[in-house]
Amino acid sequence: MDLRATYRDAGVVTVVDIGGRITLGEGSALLRKTIRELLDDGRTKIVINLADVNYIDSSGIGELVTAFTTVKNRGGNLKLLHLTKKVHDLLQLTKLFTVFDVYSDENSAVGSFL
Amino acid sequence: MEVTLETQVESVNVAEEMCLRVAESAGFGEDDCYRIGMSVREGVINAFHYGNQERPDKKIHLAVDLTPEKMIIRVLDEGKGFDLSQVPDPLAQENLLSTSGRGIFLMRAFMDEFDVVPGRTGGAEIIMSKRLPTGNSSSTNNQDGQDAAPPQRA
Repeated sequence: MDLRATYRDAGVVTVVDIGGRITLGEGSALLRKTIRELLDDGRTKIVINLADVNYIDSSGIGELVTAFTTVKNRGGNLKLLHLTKKVHDLLQLTKLFTVFDVYSDENSAVGSFL
Repeated sequence: MEVTLETQVESVNVAEEMCLRVAESAGFGEDDCYRIGMSVREGVINAFHYGNQERPDKKIHLAVDLTPEKMIIRVLDEGKGFDLSQVPDPLAQENLLSTSGRGIFLMRAFMDEFDVVPGRTGGAEIIMSKRLPTGNSSSTNNQDGQDAAPPQRA
């Protein structure tokens, strides 16, 4: 399944709803493009909702890290929401669970920016 | 099964799908199929990006063998080869925020055996394997516990 991404406002926070596979190629490119659009629009408080992402490969992991560091470098923050089991396990395996702020509840994720 | 793939992004999906069909037919469950599929992706990404430097004039060679005990996957590129011991540890604190370099780690984590050897084309050959589900292997071993038959191309 190809990646799809839409975003919506939750107060001063932008929630990006992603679905599909974040893998080498179009999936990773779409995530990069979406984050770039948000930053260009001045949105630096970002929650990525991964509820419908059931597959990420190493390129996808790299793209998430790129998104995280790019947003941080712009003075903002990027947090993750609703990890599926596979994505959760992959982030634990790669020790990125200790890097990202991860939430299982959207209100908590959004509220953490306030 | 042995195929030659173009050095292009699409080859990653093609290789994954081919190996998943073999894994499913060999009796692997959903979790193992996920691990095998991911490892094949990472092997071909490695060949595509690091080995062949994304050059379309170079090829990626994928081979899948089924022995009575395991599924063996080989991914060969036409690059310059690399020393496995020189690959940085992606779990090291200084590498955690690296945007690449996790493929080898994932293949090692997801497969039972993993190695990189010099390939016949001068590049690097990734060789990795996964033991077949217990029901399959126990029914094909001889009394010595040795392979009952030589490897068969899947």
